[in-house]
Amino acid sequence: MDPQDLPGVRAGVIDPITLVVIQNGLQQVCNEMDLAFARAAFSPVISEALDRSDGIYHRDTGELVAQGELGLPVFVGTMQFSTQAVIERVRAQGTPLEEGDLFVVNDPYLGGTHLMDVRFVKPFFHQGRLFAWLANTGHWPDIGGVVPGGFSANATEVEQEGLRLPPVKLYKRGVLDQEILAIILSNIRIADQRIGDIKAQAAALAIGEKRLAALIDRYGADTVEQAIGELKARAARQMRATIAAIPDGTYEGEAFVDSDGVVDAPLRIAMRIDKRGETLTFDMSGSSPPCRGPMNSVIATTKSSIYLAVKHVFPDVPINAGTFEPLRIVEPRGTFLYAEYPRPVSGCAAEVSQRIAESVFAALVKAIPDRLFAAPAGTSGNLSVGGYDPERGRSYVMYVISGGGYGGSLHGDGLSNGCSTIGISKTTPIEVMEQYYPVLFEEYSLAEGSGGAGELRGGLGVNYKIRLRRGEARASMVMDHGRFGPQGAVGGAAGGVNRVRIVRGGVPYVPPHLSKDQGIAIGAGDLIEVTTPGGGGFGDPYRRAPERVARDVARGYYTREEAAARFGVVLDAEGRIDAAATAARRAVAHASARTTEKA
Amino acid sequence: MNKIAGVDVGGTFTDLVLIDEDSGALDLAKVLTTPDNQAFGVLAALEAAGAALGELAAIVHGTTTTTNAMLERRIARVGLITTRGFRDVLELGRRTRPRPYGLLGSFAPLVERELRIEVDERMDAEGRVVRPLDEAAVARAADRLAALGAESVVIHFLHSYVNPAHELRAAEIVRGRWPSGYVTAGHAIISEYREYERGVTAAVNAAVRPVLQRYLDRLRGELAARGFRRELLVMQGNGGTVAASIAAETAVNTVMSGPASGVIAAAYTAAQAGFPNVVSYDMGGTSTDVALIQNGLPQVSSELELEYAMPIHVPMVDVHTIGAGGGSVAHLNEAGLLQVGPQSAGAAPGPICYGRGGARVTITDANLLLGRLDPRRLLAVDRPVALDAVREAVDRELGRPLGLAPEQAAAAVLRVANDNMAGAIRMVSLARGHDPRDFALFAFGGAGPLHAVALARELGIPRVLIPARPGLTNALGCVAADVRHDFVRTINRPLPAVSADVVRGIFAAQIAEGRAMIERERARVEGIECIHRADMQFQGQSHILTVRLPGAGVGPAELHRLFEEAYWQRFGVELNEIRPVLVGLHTAVIGKRPAVPLTALAAGTPGAALADAEIDRRAVWFDGERVATPVYRRERLPRGVAFAGPAIVEQLDATAVIEPGNRVEMDVLGNLVVTL
Repeated sequence: MDPQDLPGVRAGVIDPITLVVIQNGLQQVCNEMDLAFARAAFSPVISEALDRSDGIYHRDTGELVAQGELGLPVFVGTMQFSTQAVIERVRAQGTPLEEGDLFVVNDPYLGGTHLMDVRFVKPFFHQGRLFAWLANTGHWPDIGGVVPGGFSANATEVEQEGLRLPPVKLYKRGVLDQEILAIILSNIRIADQRIGDIKAQAAALAIGEKRLAALIDRYGADTVEQAIGELKARAARQMRATIAAIPDGTYEGEAFVDSDGVVDAPLRIAMRIDKRGETLTFDMSGSSPPCRGPMNSVIATTKSSIYLAVKHVFPDVPINAGTFEPLRIVEPRGTFLYAEYPRPVSGCAAEVSQRIAESVFAALVKAIPDRLFAAPAGTSGNLSVGGYDPERGRSYVMYVISGGGYGGSLHGDGLSNGCSTIGISKTTPIEVMEQYYPVLFEEYSLAEGSGGAGELRGGLGVNYKIRLRRGEARASMVMDHGRFGPQGAVGGAAGGVNRVRIVRGGVPYVPPHLSKDQGIAIGAGDLIEVTTPGGGGFGDPYRRAPERVARDVARGYYTREEAAARFGVVLDAEGRIDAAATAARRAVAHASARTTEKA
Repeated sequence: MNKIAGVDVGGTFTDLVLIDEDSGALDLAKVLTTPDNQAFGVLAALEAAGAALGELAAIVHGTTTTTNAMLERRIARVGLITTRGFRDVLELGRRTRPRPYGLLGSFAPLVERELRIEVDERMDAEGRVVRPLDEAAVARAADRLAALGAESVVIHFLHSYVNPAHELRAAEIVRGRWPSGYVTAGHAIISEYREYERGVTAAVNAAVRPVLQRYLDRLRGELAARGFRRELLVMQGNGGTVAASIAAETAVNTVMSGPASGVIAAAYTAAQAGFPNVVSYDMGGTSTDVALIQNGLPQVSSELELEYAMPIHVPMVDVHTIGAGGGSVAHLNEAGLLQVGPQSAGAAPGPICYGRGGARVTITDANLLLGRLDPRRLLAVDRPVALDAVREAVDRELGRPLGLAPEQAAAAVLRVANDNMAGAIRMVSLARGHDPRDFALFAFGGAGPLHAVALARELGIPRVLIPARPGLTNALGCVAADVRHDFVRTINRPLPAVSADVVRGIFAAQIAEGRAMIERERARVEGIECIHRADMQFQGQSHILTVRLPGAGVGPAELHRLFEEAYWQRFGVELNEIRPVLVGLHTAVIGKRPAVPLTALAAGTPGAALADAEIDRRAVWFDGERVATPVYRRERLPRGVAFAGPAIVEQLDATAVIEPGNRVEMDVLGNLVVTL
């Protein structure tokens, strides 16, 4: 029975204070799992980039009960889909569940994301009775497949992307199954450290078990179960109240993925949001059809991208299954946002998810501009360099993920070098990279001029240059916004585009798909240069206070020429504002804008 | 004459403890803090205590000068000289955002972009010179920064933690052209890898150094003018002190010193009382600080952040702060759930009961309504508000919407607040592999003793210690603190590749440097003690686990064993498949200062019997009903008294609540030891 149907809850038997205390308690269990997982993990993607998430799921429905606040945002709500897949499989196959069992699963089509996100799903028993599920996801640095790291830019079927695991018991009654482990380790790169991640991932759930058991012992299983139902109902109510404040109407937004990595043509996300009363309906049925390359999105990722976008707009709403109730998502069958086997999907969690979020922002900014912002850089900027270091006599795979500018908003200019929309990760320090890999960074700097012009301008992206010092290597990248910069809002201009350039033997090479490429051979002395996108501008750039433009120029964010061309602010050689010339320039622009409108 | 004064500057009050180390005689003072120049409050406190400055052996000072300077960004104009290609490191940060959800928010770097100048130079990760230092460019950069009005300079080069030669040479060049001497080299503050953290820490140092120098110069001048001839010591975030004469050189060490002195006093007092393992719990008007003390030593961390993207990676007492204090506001969120804090009513308008126009229910109001605080004895109250007005407000704001009577609603506020604070204590204990039930709770601050017993009950902590002077704990921490210098050195090599000689050599160098500093300070110490720690991880990990070492002569095999033990305790994971890495070595060089007698703290006018201390009897709300409860005057409690709860114990600056069923005993130092 769904706990919200319990008579006690409807009658309001559970007192509101115990409810808060249990809510905090559940949250703390999840946060502690997040913390333990990150600190014990080996994969830098988990320990530094925090690409992991932990949560508690409903015993029967698999719905989200609570999720760690320190987890990667893209996992908002996703693990409930994989937990549901495990529950369905257990029911269909009559699999017995015992204490200490732990399922491993990474199948994208069973409520997943991409293959690198490996989930552990564990039945939680209290006094011998199944009470809930604990689950976590960790991004493994490799899962086999054609490219080290798994971000293939041009796979055409999922088998090329790596090892796909259906839900199987990796631990049986608390004992690691050495046979399944051997299969996994025989199919992935740098396998020797994975045992560390596997143990860390399992240990985080074990810590969660201990803390959840203590919570239940303290308040009683019935009370906790009632509280879970009541918290869901209240989160739904809170979400509805939040939605109700948005004006009724239909709002459209769109966003483009540069290409699928195989066919050099943009993919379009057509987002239509209908707001009626207390419900938001998301319809993406006008989007591009499934693509050949790995930029397809599985439905679980498509849904959680929308949840994530909504959470970014309304950060104060708590996350549990109730939050999602008033969000209706029309399943976009027949588009690249509803991928089915064997479509390749490695780009969905890192890139397509961010374009989906961007399309939601672009639509909602029309409804509630005061709460929104222009588009953020919105790419994870994955670069991997795999090679052999002759000095140390070993192979390596180096990952670089980078930030970019955030969009301007009524709250201010966008943040420079903000992390990806779906992430909350720290970049690996340059000093750490240079310790581990045979590279020398030649530059790590603000990408001048990349902030989209606006009354409130976009934040700046980043430039970095990496020189290979010795040996040979291959570089691959899955990035985005190389073709179109992050869009501006309310009259603001787009941010700067993502740029990649590789100088091999002194000859520059630009990937044909701009932001995606695979297996580019480089040698000692060759240079990889990347510029990440700037954020979109918000509002008419000609309305930006000239003093702020002058300050931006003094700081080198823009040149004097850009100040004139993009903001209509004329500065003299010393950077002082020429008020008359500025006024004249801006007046002309406004006059011509009016003419254009009439035309 | 062997008197020493501890003066701690808090947000509202400046507290002073004056102890005669020979006789144990004690004087106390509490005056208002003077935020613009804290020195006035310090002098006023000394005067109020009747201290004859010419006769003082030492003054130990806890100041928030640098903390406030950072939080309000009233800092020096700083220039940066850095490696070519990397001047934006301090602005780019490490690619995060202020909050996990919501793409708004901003970040202002400590050094403006115009003041960040690149020069040719480069080391690689092994410390080999890739590009030599362009010395002429350094000189030009210094001149340019001076022309741009920079007051303080930071020199921050990549990989200086492994080879500081370029930074040292550049600092020498800049010092030659920088009359004020405000030159900070990154590696000199922390010799640790991670360019952002090291750079920010150095930039913070540069930014607050002139501020602290000016403050201390003024204070020393004022003290000298009043006849003070001996040493002025300053509290640091590591819980130790440093001579005022050299404190500003490493000013960053004082930025997070505020909570440290309280933790030191807790450790000191609890150890004397026979409780080496305690959780210190300091609840004030706007926030609560908790910290874990094991074997009499506070836990130390080098991974704290002052605010978003402002890491200060010097070793500091590991204090966990949450926004729960007497002024924390209770409200219902959009889901109709009761929340307490982190918003605070502050001092103005303050709680409703302060009568300054506050209309929102605070924790203090809830305590008042439940009879736990005496409405006639509120500190800092202008126009006391009738209890009925508080009851009406609680009813209107919380009671009616929740369907609870006012008292029930007030009790709910305390329960939720206690639950939040218990969460903070779980974070410093359980989440780090310690069971809070193995600790005692040491409660201080204005509101700590009010909530301590309920909090301990929530956590299963068996004992609560309420010190003799809960409101003066920080000042006491100043006089109890030792002189302390911390050193960190990055190694980052697999443990099997590190020889015992290397470990010994590094520790020996750190000890020598610490001893030299203590000598230079000319502080009066009775001996020198060193604490050694190792940061370790398994190969391939990025997080570290810090392990306390039994001594400086520890070889790789023992390091390995200690690490595996600590790893098991923390994560419940055994990993013999992977080899460990020694990331870094720390040494704390501690100059032990003379022991401080605590018995005088208990001094008062003790009555002959418990009844002599009873000043009132109130109906206090416990567990759903009003219970007639005796109210005792702390100073009148007979020495060594024992009694049972319920009881309220009132003293000048704190009120303790003892619940029904508790047992209380006063120990020889005047601490109340509550057994739950």
